Amino acid sequence: MSADLSQQLQQRIQHAYEAKLALQIVGGNSKSFYGRSVAAETLSLAGHSGVLNYEPTELVITARAGTPLKEVEALLNQNGQMLPFEPPAFSEQATIGGTVACNLSGPRRAYAGAARDYLLGCKIINGKGEILTFGGEVMKNVAGYDVSRLMAGAMGTLGVLLEVSLKVLPKPEMELTRLFNCSANDAIEKMHAWSQTPLPISATSFHDSVLSVRFSGAAKAVNAAVNHSGGEINEDAEKYWHDLKEHRLDFFNTDKPLWRLSLASDIESLALENSAADYLYEWGGALRWLKTDSPAAEIQAAMEKIDGHASIFRHTDQVNVFQPLTPALMRIHKNLKMAFDPHNILNPGKLYTEL
Amino acid sequence: MNMTDKEEHSGNKLSLLKALLKILPEDAVLHEKEDLHPYECDGLSAYRKLPMIVVLPDTIEQVQSILRLCYELELPVVARGAGTGLSGGALPLENGVLLSLARFKEIIHIDPKRRIARVQPGVRNLSISQAANQFGLYYAPDPSSQIACTIGGNVAENSGGVHCLKYGLTVHNIQQLKIITMEGELLSIGGSGLDSAGYDLLALMTGSEGMLGVIVEVTVKLLPKPERAQAILAAFDNVVKAGEAVGNIIAAGIIPAGLEMMDKLAIRAAEDFVHAGYPLDAEAILLCELDGTNEEVSEHVARVRDVLHQSGATEVRTAKDEAERLTFWKGRKAAFPAVGRLSPDYYCMDGTIPRKQLPRVLKTMAELSIEYNLPVANVFHAGDGNLHPLILYDANIPGELERTEEFGGKILELCVEVGGTITGEHGVGIEKINQMCVQFNSLELTHFHAVKAAFDEKSLLNPGKAVPTLHRCAEFGAMHVHKGELPFPELERF
Ligand SMILES: Cc1cc2nc3c(=O)[nH]c(=O)nc-3n(C[C@H](O)[C@H](O)[C@H](O)COP(=O)(O)OP(=O)(O)OC[C@H]3O[C@@H](n4cnc5c(N)ncnc54)[C@H](O)[C@@H]3O)c2cc1C
Repeated sequence: MSADLSQQLQQRIQHAYEAKLALQIVGGNSKSFYGRSVAAETLSLAGHSGVLNYEPTELVITARAGTPLKEVEALLNQNGQMLPFEPPAFSEQATIGGTVACNLSGPRRAYAGAARDYLLGCKIINGKGEILTFGGEVMKNVAGYDVSRLMAGAMGTLGVLLEVSLKVLPKPEMELTRLFNCSANDAIEKMHAWSQTPLPISATSFHDSVLSVRFSGAAKAVNAAVNHSGGEINEDAEKYWHDLKEHRLDFFNTDKPLWRLSLASDIESLALENSAADYLYEWGGALRWLKTDSPAAEIQAAMEKIDGHASIFRHTDQVNVFQPLTPALMRIHKNLKMAFDPHNILNPGKLYTEL
Repeated sequence: MNMTDKEEHSGNKLSLLKALLKILPEDAVLHEKEDLHPYECDGLSAYRKLPMIVVLPDTIEQVQSILRLCYELELPVVARGAGTGLSGGALPLENGVLLSLARFKEIIHIDPKRRIARVQPGVRNLSISQAANQFGLYYAPDPSSQIACTIGGNVAENSGGVHCLKYGLTVHNIQQLKIITMEGELLSIGGSGLDSAGYDLLALMTGSEGMLGVIVEVTVKLLPKPERAQAILAAFDNVVKAGEAVGNIIAAGIIPAGLEMMDKLAIRAAEDFVHAGYPLDAEAILLCELDGTNEEVSEHVARVRDVLHQSGATEVRTAKDEAERLTFWKGRKAAFPAVGRLSPDYYCMDGTIPRKQLPRVLKTMAELSIEYNLPVANVFHAGDGNLHPLILYDANIPGELERTEEFGGKILELCVEVGGTITGEHGVGIEKINQMCVQFNSLELTHFHAVKAAFDEKSLLNPGKAVPTLHRCAEFGAMHVHKGELPFPELERF
């Protein structure tokens, strides 16, 4: 399916700009739980879809923002390639635009980079209804400020993504996962020791006394790596990493607020009062999922002390979903918001009340 | 400058000097003409200007005080690392302060466990890898200028190197920055983890050419040194075939650590200079480096060799040992100075194109070379489409520099026309400011100005660089009508 709705979208935003009418930008509605809620009329990107350019040997794909993520991934897969940041979809309807706007990445992120690392360029509509293009379809481009990467993670608050260009990579020839029974501290030690060696690790996780390590690459290299690492074979590894990425593991089956902590990978434990807190580690320890009823203020204060960032991923009615910014940084954020969306109509409040 | 301007200028200078000496020791403030000369240009030496004053602070507090002072006096400030930039980014302003970060030379901390290094901005790129070596780690982005250029300059330019096809550019290899805004405020951008909250200011700072803030600390990511690296040299009797071979290697599912191409003139220059053993009869050579675990490299070397043969290489050589691998690279890394020996002057361009456009771009460049009667040597980060055409000229011949710049401008416009960009890694600076008008329309440029204003409201940090004013574009557009369309039709002409 392919359709170009950019004119209609542009007109609606121009209209909204004149009327100062807020819009809630929706792709496939797969991640509506993420971020603060926006009470506004919906601007749907779902119909604006289609892959515009893909040549496997150029390692670049360009697609309209409403193109389903699964369609992009299927096309890449047919050509032995992949989105290296292994994005979670959270639903069949997830779009490539929403994926970039949220800048969420999966298990491979710590070893291959995030969505923002693979974003080469984008076409957007700003809050005045102007169509702008930043970056491009080439790997190296330093002309002008890197506004396209600024869009990754901005969750639509700076512009509606119309098209995105992403760098893609060949899929590894082989992947094998090994399991190790150990304590949390041992897992931290092991993950750090291995990450200092050239072992071809592409994912790690720890929960419930089990450390999982995935190796990817040329067959010979992966076989040599698992010989070196030891550990038990995980026969159902593909499903495991997929379920982890999509939050389908039992761990994620909860009504408690689910926190996403981005922090120094070697922190052993956080000084939180609530001892019933339950963690799952990814990214060599640099990402921790935490289920807890502890108040947001306490968690975010603990994270501030260690220069980390905490966000509430699911089940929240809190004011600060994302780690609060310092006043100086917030001022720059507000200036940027004003520059791209002067009437504050694009997903207002989605990230912070002030934006 | 008329008399009164001059007097005012020296009056300003005197009071500024006094104020600066309250912040800095005497040896950290340069104001005599002969002391200012080393700062009059960067690596793009065709542009020169003496700054009013040079300051060499060595603490964050000093930088804050300097910037606060300049903010109050509304004096422009240009930050400078090692001055190896190739686009005039660090070119001083004669009514401004040049802020050198050269004394910020400390590697503050290496954390081998988390594979990061916290360094001051004046630390040279190569010294980070040297210091990390004891832990079996290194910093991946390796610009050819790495023995001299600073990490602060690398961040400001988003510099690349021959290994960025596999390991990414500066933006992919940094985790946290400390910057000082023009108002003197210290900001921490990024975090101790991999992601951080809010907008991606880390990306925005990277490649911002000293226009948004002064970088005073950088936390870089380190990588484990690969177990093995192996280089292959392939010769071709035709440049287009060499270009196709690059696509074929990638189609085989292999991302080499480095994949570089040189054309005949560059090969000859490099061979004369460093005797790397390059085949002089080849029209083009490819240098392909594969790294990783021992097993992976063995497997990939065999496959790449096959691909190269199938792609019509006339010769395929695998470095027989580490010494030969380094020799292969020596020629490539010395390509700029080597070409410099062929001609009194050379002008290095830096466009990126979609790789498949290489035949068209090379053909047009060859035609332009005849038209302008100026030879071009091509050095090419082939894997990621980043071209470095080197135009040979002689600045002593009247008009030749101007012709060279015009030729260079045409090459950049060609890069944009085929879907690429005017700069892959050297930055816009003052050099490519006109071509920015070709790549971006007035709305986009307006947003760039707004981004600058979000950090630097009074436009005092490196003003006039990287982003052209709309009026400048209108003037440039009046001279260069593009595809029969007048750019910026909404602006008045003069
Ligand atoms: C022979 C040669 C080979 C080169 N090869 C490569 C290459 O392979 N790849 C590549 O990418 N580049 C290359 N370059 C270009 C150059 O080395 C890089 O752009 C480098 O990053 C510049 O670093 P520097 O410390 O010299 O910065 P400078 O030239 O001093 O400054 C460059 C820009 O950064 C700003 N700046 C510097 N320090 C700071 C700071 N602390 N805070 C804020 N702004 C700052 C300046 O204002 C200026 O705009 C080469 C240059 C030469 C001469």
